Amino acid sequence: MKKAGKKVILDAKGMERVLSRLTHEILEKNKGAEEIVLVGIMTGGVPLSKFIREKVLAIEGVEVPAGYVDITLYRDDLSRAGYQPRLKRTEIPFSIDEKKVILVDDVLFTGRTIRAAMDALIDFGRPKNIQLAVLVDRGHRELPIRADYVGRNVPTSRNETVDVMVQGNRAEWKVLLNESTTGRVKP
Amino acid sequence: MTMEWRRRHVLGLADFRVEEMEFVIDTARSMEEVLTRDIKKVPALRGKTAVNLFFEASTRTRTSFEIAGKRLSADVVNFSSATSSVTKGETLLDTAKNIEAMKPNIIIIRHHASGAPHFLSRFVSCSIINAGDGANEHPSQGLLDLYTIIKAKGKISGLKIAIIGDILHSRVVRSDLHSLGRMGADLWLCGPPTLAPKEMERTGAKVTYDIREAVRNADVVIMLRIQLERQKTAYFPSLREYSRMFGLNRAVFSLAKDDAVIMHPGPINRGVELSDELANSAQSRILNQVESGVAIRMALLYLLAGGHDAAH
Repeated sequence: MKKAGKKVILDAKGMERVLSRLTHEILEKNKGAEEIVLVGIMTGGVPLSKFIREKVLAIEGVEVPAGYVDITLYRDDLSRAGYQPRLKRTEIPFSIDEKKVILVDDVLFTGRTIRAAMDALIDFGRPKNIQLAVLVDRGHRELPIRADYVGRNVPTSRNETVDVMVQGNRAEWKVLLNESTTGRVKP
Repeated sequence: MTMEWRRRHVLGLADFRVEEMEFVIDTARSMEEVLTRDIKKVPALRGKTAVNLFFEASTRTRTSFEIAGKRLSADVVNFSSATSSVTKGETLLDTAKNIEAMKPNIIIIRHHASGAPHFLSRFVSCSIINAGDGANEHPSQGLLDLYTIIKAKGKISGLKIAIIGDILHSRVVRSDLHSLGRMGADLWLCGPPTLAPKEMERTGAKVTYDIREAVRNADVVIMLRIQLERQKTAYFPSLREYSRMFGLNRAVFSLAKDDAVIMHPGPINRGVELSDELANSAQSRILNQVESGVAIRMALLYLLAGGHDAAH
């Protein structure tokens, strides 16, 4: 078996630069922070959306509403999974009607998570539009979905995994590419 | 917590581990958020079918399971024995086998015979949820009582919880003893000697015939419905006497802690086991129990309806 290798794609400093750029792009495209709400996808998208929220506050002086969504109940593979996945929390304590919803996730892969997240959002209201911001786009889409804001495009093979480590201390945030041949593939 | 749900049936809480109960409650918390939305429906159980197979009268439990299933997009079919072939002499197993042939994923059963759900689980391939079997268990009630108390008090361990009424015939008590007992509650059972046998102390709970002793300093008081039909079998002399000795009213309840709450699995006989005033009071958590019940049953349906065929 090939020895599994790990490559650091982004370190903490790199991630901060990338997320700052994403925030500027979001503000540029939407001509400011009016009407914007942030929704992070559990769990990897949540710390990223918090970071973006702080950046928006620093740049525009606006506190945008931020929530998070767990897509488990909307997954298209629930009856295929061996056992039911543990549910996480959803909290969108504001109306998304007529808002521009920025959906934030760590890795864009098959697009199935984003499909599920959009279905979840529609159950909360009728946003003016939904935009997608991701830290890493690793390709291999299985649905016609694309991101509006991409931190890094990382060409990968299917059996590689991308680990976004964004829980805990920001100084230790990083993104790893695992060149494992036996790596589990995130659905 | 990293545990995986591996249970295929929910027949009783007798063999439930603490971490499994915590897992169900954690799942129920997520379900409860769904119930606060304008659109109270998620697609998780699309294409799944649950059959309510009730051989005993029930409105709230059956409706609660039905709503829970529908909130998760499952198809829920009700089968009640009064209108079925059971009245024509069909056996329980034949009825269940016929329903199984229609390919449901989950059968939710209530039956007057203790052990009926356990029996069925050995013969059918779908999941079974016990919605009350004789005087044995009512696991979803045991879990929703646990959840309601955790929401009201933030914990179970160390709380004094008094359960008052017909202990002998109550499946709710047996499930509560497992759920609340295993989580470390100080449980007190109270009723007339004919309905609160001293042997129940083997469960670790304390038994008393004095409602004041049970309620004094309690954090939670759970009143049980006195089954009026039991009066004929002379478990107690008269309803009036029962009510005077074992009914909860303001004077008795004042012995409990200031922030104590009142629960009741329903349906209430107002003025018999519980005064009208207390049933409507701010301390009553009776309607919260009903709310928690839907979330708990959504959690159970979700956890059992997984695609675990391959894994089993």
